Amino acid sequence: METKKMALIATKGTLDWAYPPFILASTAAALGYEVQIFFTFYGLQLLKKDLSDLKVSPLGNPGMPMKMPFGPKWFKGLNWNIPNAVQSLVPGYESIATGLMKQTIKNCGVATIPDLRDLCMEAEVKMIACQMTVELFGFDHSEFIGDIEYGGAATFFEFAGETDICLFI
Amino acid sequence: MNFDKELDARGLNCPLPILRTKKSLGELESGQILKVSSTDPGSVKDMQAFAKQTGNELLSTAENGDEFIFLMRKH
Repeated sequence: METKKMALIATKGTLDWAYPPFILASTAAALGYEVQIFFTFYGLQLLKKDLSDLKVSPLGNPGMPMKMPFGPKWFKGLNWNIPNAVQSLVPGYESIATGLMKQTIKNCGVATIPDLRDLCMEAEVKMIACQMTVELFGFDHSEFIGDIEYGGAATFFEFAGETDICLFI
Repeated sequence: MNFDKELDARGLNCPLPILRTKKSLGELESGQILKVSSTDPGSVKDMQAFAKQTGNELLSTAENGDEFIFLMRKH
Protein backbone atom coordinates (compact mmCIF):
# COMPACT_ATOMS: atom_id res chain seq x y z
CA MET A 1 0.00 0.00 0.00
CA GLU A 2 1.30 3.42 -0.94
CA THR A 3 1.97 5.76 1.98
CA LYS A 4 -0.75 8.35 2.45
CA LYS A 5 0.30 11.99 2.72
CA MET A 6 -1.05 15.06 4.48
CA ALA A 7 -0.01 18.68 4.19
CA LEU A 8 -1.08 21.42 6.60
CA ILE A 9 -0.68 25.18 6.48
CA ALA A 10 -0.53 26.60 10.01
CA THR A 11 -1.29 30.32 10.08
CA LYS A 12 -2.39 31.03 13.66
CA GLY A 13 -0.12 31.89 16.57
CA THR A 14 -2.31 31.56 19.64
CA LEU A 15 -2.41 28.86 22.31
CA ASP A 16 -5.86 27.59 21.26
CA TRP A 17 -5.09 27.51 17.54
CA ALA A 18 -1.77 25.79 18.13
CA TYR A 19 -3.71 22.60 18.86
CA PRO A 20 -5.33 21.67 15.52
CA PRO A 21 -2.14 21.44 13.42
CA PHE A 22 -0.16 19.51 16.05
CA ILE A 23 -3.04 17.16 16.95
CA LEU A 24 -3.78 16.37 13.32
CA ALA A 25 -0.13 16.00 12.38
CA SER A 26 0.77 13.69 15.29
CA THR A 27 -2.33 11.56 14.79
CA ALA A 28 -1.84 11.30 11.03
CA ALA A 29 1.77 10.25 11.64
CA ALA A 30 0.53 7.57 14.07
CA LEU A 31 -1.80 6.32 11.35
CA GLY A 32 1.12 5.97 8.98
CA TYR A 33 0.81 9.21 7.01
CA GLU A 34 3.80 11.15 5.79
CA VAL A 35 3.14 14.68 7.10
CA GLN A 36 4.42 18.16 6.37
CA ILE A 37 3.38 21.41 8.03
CA PHE A 38 4.06 24.76 6.43
CA PHE A 39 4.14 27.51 9.07
CA THR A 40 3.41 30.97 7.78
CA PHE A 41 2.53 34.37 9.20
CA TYR A 42 1.44 34.03 12.87
CA GLY A 43 1.87 30.27 12.63
CA LEU A 44 5.62 30.87 12.87
CA GLN A 45 5.12 31.41 16.62
CA LEU A 46 4.57 27.65 16.89
CA LEU A 47 8.15 27.01 15.80
CA LYS A 48 9.77 29.25 18.42
CA LYS A 49 12.16 27.55 20.83
CA ASP A 50 10.21 29.09 23.70
CA LEU A 51 6.50 28.38 23.44
CA SER A 52 5.62 29.90 26.80
CA ASP A 53 4.60 33.16 25.13
CA LEU A 54 1.62 31.54 23.37
CA LYS A 55 -1.57 33.13 24.65
CA VAL A 56 -5.30 32.80 24.19
CA SER A 57 -7.50 35.87 23.97
CA PRO A 58 -11.17 35.81 25.00
CA LEU A 59 -11.48 39.39 23.67
CA GLY A 60 -13.83 39.46 20.70
CA ASN A 61 -14.17 35.67 20.88
CA PRO A 62 -17.84 35.01 21.78
CA GLY A 63 -17.37 31.26 21.18
CA MET A 64 -14.96 30.87 24.07
CA PRO A 65 -16.52 29.72 27.36
CA MET A 66 -15.00 31.50 30.36
CA LYS A 67 -15.08 28.92 33.14
CA MET A 68 -12.94 28.50 36.21
CA PRO A 69 -10.67 25.44 36.37
CA PHE A 70 -10.98 25.13 40.18
CA GLY A 71 -13.55 25.12 42.95
CA PRO A 72 -16.70 23.07 43.51
CA LYS A 73 -18.63 21.70 40.55
CA TRP A 74 -21.34 24.38 40.55
CA PHE A 75 -18.64 27.08 40.47
CA LYS A 76 -16.71 25.41 37.63
CA GLY A 77 -19.93 25.29 35.62
CA LEU A 78 -20.47 29.05 35.72
CA ASN A 79 -19.82 30.91 32.50
CA TRP A 80 -18.30 34.32 33.23
CA ASN A 81 -19.74 36.56 30.59
CA ILE A 82 -17.36 39.52 30.70
CA PRO A 83 -18.06 42.36 28.26
CA ASN A 84 -15.39 43.12 25.64
CA ALA A 85 -15.13 46.70 26.88
CA VAL A 86 -14.14 45.46 30.35
CA GLN A 87 -11.73 42.83 28.97
CA SER A 88 -9.92 45.44 26.93
CA LEU A 89 -9.40 47.73 29.92
CA VAL A 90 -8.13 45.23 32.48
CA PRO A 91 -4.32 45.05 32.30
CA GLY A 92 -3.06 41.46 32.03
CA TYR A 93 -6.51 40.08 31.21
CA GLU A 94 -5.08 37.94 28.40
CA SER A 95 -2.38 36.52 30.67
CA ILE A 96 -4.94 35.62 33.33
CA ALA A 97 -7.20 33.94 30.74
CA THR A 98 -4.17 32.05 29.37
CA GLY A 99 -3.22 30.86 32.86
CA LEU A 100 -6.75 29.60 33.47
CA MET A 101 -6.80 27.88 30.07
CA LYS A 102 -3.49 26.13 30.80
CA GLN A 103 -4.90 24.89 34.12
CA THR A 104 -8.02 23.57 32.35
CA ILE A 105 -5.82 21.83 29.77
CA LYS A 106 -3.93 20.15 32.61
CA ASN A 107 -7.13 19.18 34.45
CA CYS A 108 -8.55 17.53 31.33
CA GLY A 109 -5.45 15.47 30.53
CA VAL A 110 -4.95 17.35 27.27
CA ALA A 111 -1.34 17.42 26.07
CA THR A 112 0.64 20.67 26.23
CA ILE A 113 1.74 22.30 22.98
CA PRO A 114 5.47 21.66 23.63
CA ASP A 115 4.65 17.96 24.24
CA LEU A 116 2.56 17.68 21.07
CA ARG A 117 5.25 19.38 19.01
CA ASP A 118 7.86 16.99 20.41
CA LEU A 119 5.61 14.05 19.51
CA CYS A 120 5.35 15.40 15.96
CA MET A 121 9.13 15.74 15.80
CA GLU A 122 9.59 12.17 17.06
CA ALA A 123 7.13 10.96 14.43
CA GLU A 124 9.22 12.71 11.76
CA VAL A 125 6.62 15.29 10.81
CA LYS A 126 8.46 17.67 8.48
CA MET A 127 8.15 21.31 9.50
CA ILE A 128 8.79 24.15 7.10
CA ALA A 129 8.95 27.81 8.10
CA CYS A 130 7.95 30.45 5.60
CA GLN A 131 11.17 32.37 4.91
CA MET A 132 9.26 35.40 3.60
CA THR A 133 7.39 35.77 6.91
CA VAL A 134 10.60 35.30 8.90
CA GLU A 135 11.96 38.39 7.15
CA LEU A 136 8.66 40.28 7.19
CA PHE A 137 8.33 39.92 10.97
CA GLY A 138 12.03 40.53 11.58
CA PHE A 139 12.64 37.12 13.16
CA ASP A 140 16.01 35.41 13.29
CA HIS A 141 16.59 31.73 12.57
CA SER A 142 18.16 31.41 16.02
CA GLU A 143 14.72 32.02 17.60
CA PHE A 144 13.37 28.82 16.07
CA ILE A 145 13.94 25.17 16.89
CA GLY A 146 16.47 23.25 14.79
CA ASP A 147 15.36 20.37 12.55
CA ILE A 148 13.12 22.64 10.48
CA GLU A 149 13.51 23.85 6.93
CA TYR A 150 12.96 27.29 5.46
CA GLY A 151 11.16 27.72 2.17
CA GLY A 152 8.43 29.44 0.22
CA ALA A 153 5.16 28.67 -1.50
CA ALA A 154 6.81 26.59 -4.21
CA THR A 155 8.40 24.39 -1.53
CA PHE A 156 4.96 23.80 -0.04
CA PHE A 157 3.41 22.81 -3.37
CA GLU A 158 6.19 20.34 -4.11
CA PHE A 159 4.77 18.10 -1.37
CA ALA A 160 1.16 19.38 -1.20
CA GLY A 161 0.53 18.48 -4.84
CA GLU A 162 0.98 14.81 -4.03
CA THR A 163 -1.09 14.65 -0.84
CA ASP A 164 -4.35 12.90 0.02
CA ILE A 165 -5.29 15.55 2.58
CA CYS A 166 -4.40 19.23 2.48
CA LEU A 167 -5.70 21.67 5.10
CA PHE A 168 -5.37 25.38 5.81
CA ILE A 169 -5.54 26.12 9.53
CA MET B 1 -7.46 -12.98 27.96
CA ASN B 2 -3.68 -12.92 27.98
CA PHE B 3 -1.71 -9.95 26.76
CA ASP B 4 1.98 -9.19 26.21
CA LYS B 5 2.11 -5.53 27.19
CA GLU B 6 -0.10 -3.13 29.11
CA LEU B 7 -0.61 0.58 28.46
CA ASP B 8 -2.20 2.83 31.06
CA ALA B 9 -3.71 5.77 29.14
CA ARG B 10 -6.17 6.68 31.90
CA GLY B 11 -6.59 10.42 32.45
CA LEU B 12 -5.20 11.25 29.01
CA ASN B 13 -7.23 12.99 26.36
CA CYS B 14 -7.26 12.98 22.55
CA PRO B 15 -4.97 12.33 20.75
CA LEU B 16 -2.65 10.97 23.48
CA PRO B 17 -4.27 7.51 23.96
CA ILE B 18 -3.81 6.83 20.23
CA LEU B 19 -0.25 8.19 20.11
CA ARG B 20 0.75 6.09 23.15
CA THR B 21 -0.94 3.03 21.64
CA LYS B 22 1.04 3.48 18.45
CA LYS B 23 4.26 3.80 20.45
CA SER B 24 3.52 0.74 22.59
CA LEU B 25 2.68 -1.37 19.55
CA GLY B 26 6.09 -0.41 18.18
CA GLU B 27 7.68 -2.23 21.11
CA LEU B 28 5.82 -5.47 20.33
CA GLU B 29 6.40 -8.24 17.79
CA SER B 30 3.82 -9.02 15.13
CA GLY B 31 0.98 -11.11 16.61
CA GLN B 32 1.55 -9.98 20.20
CA ILE B 33 -1.29 -8.38 22.14
CA LEU B 34 -1.46 -4.95 23.78
CA LYS B 35 -3.92 -4.11 26.52
CA VAL B 36 -4.88 -0.43 26.74
CA SER B 37 -6.91 1.17 29.51
CA SER B 38 -8.37 4.62 28.94
CA THR B 39 -10.89 7.02 30.47
CA ASP B 40 -11.42 9.13 27.33
CA PRO B 41 -14.89 8.26 25.94
CA GLY B 42 -13.70 9.45 22.50
CA SER B 43 -11.06 6.71 22.49
CA VAL B 44 -13.71 4.03 21.82
CA LYS B 45 -14.38 5.29 18.32
CA ASP B 46 -10.76 6.38 17.83
CA MET B 47 -9.31 2.94 18.64
CA GLN B 48 -11.62 1.36 16.06
CA ALA B 49 -10.55 3.94 13.47
CA PHE B 50 -6.89 3.49 14.37
CA ALA B 51 -7.14 -0.29 14.00
CA LYS B 52 -8.95 -0.03 10.70
CA GLN B 53 -6.38 2.33 9.20
CA THR B 54 -3.22 0.68 10.51
CA GLY B 55 -4.15 -2.97 10.00
CA ASN B 56 -3.78 -3.82 13.70
CA GLU B 57 -6.64 -5.95 14.97
CA LEU B 58 -8.89 -4.63 17.73
CA LEU B 59 -9.82 -7.87 19.49
CA SER B 60 -12.15 -6.43 22.11
CA THR B 61 -13.51 -3.28 23.72
CA ALA B 62 -14.90 -3.48 27.24
CA GLU B 63 -16.37 -0.88 29.56
CA ASN B 64 -15.70 -1.05 33.26
CA GLY B 65 -17.29 1.90 35.08
CA ASP B 66 -15.52 5.01 33.78
CA GLU B 67 -12.81 2.93 32.14
CA PHE B 68 -12.46 1.42 28.72
CA ILE B 69 -10.28 -1.63 28.13
CA PHE B 70 -9.01 -2.47 24.67
CA LEU B 71 -7.10 -5.50 23.44
CA MET B 72 -5.22 -5.03 20.21
CA ARG B 73 -3.16 -7.54 18.26
CA LYS B 74 -0.19 -6.12 16.42
CA HIS B 75 -0.27 -6.48 12.64
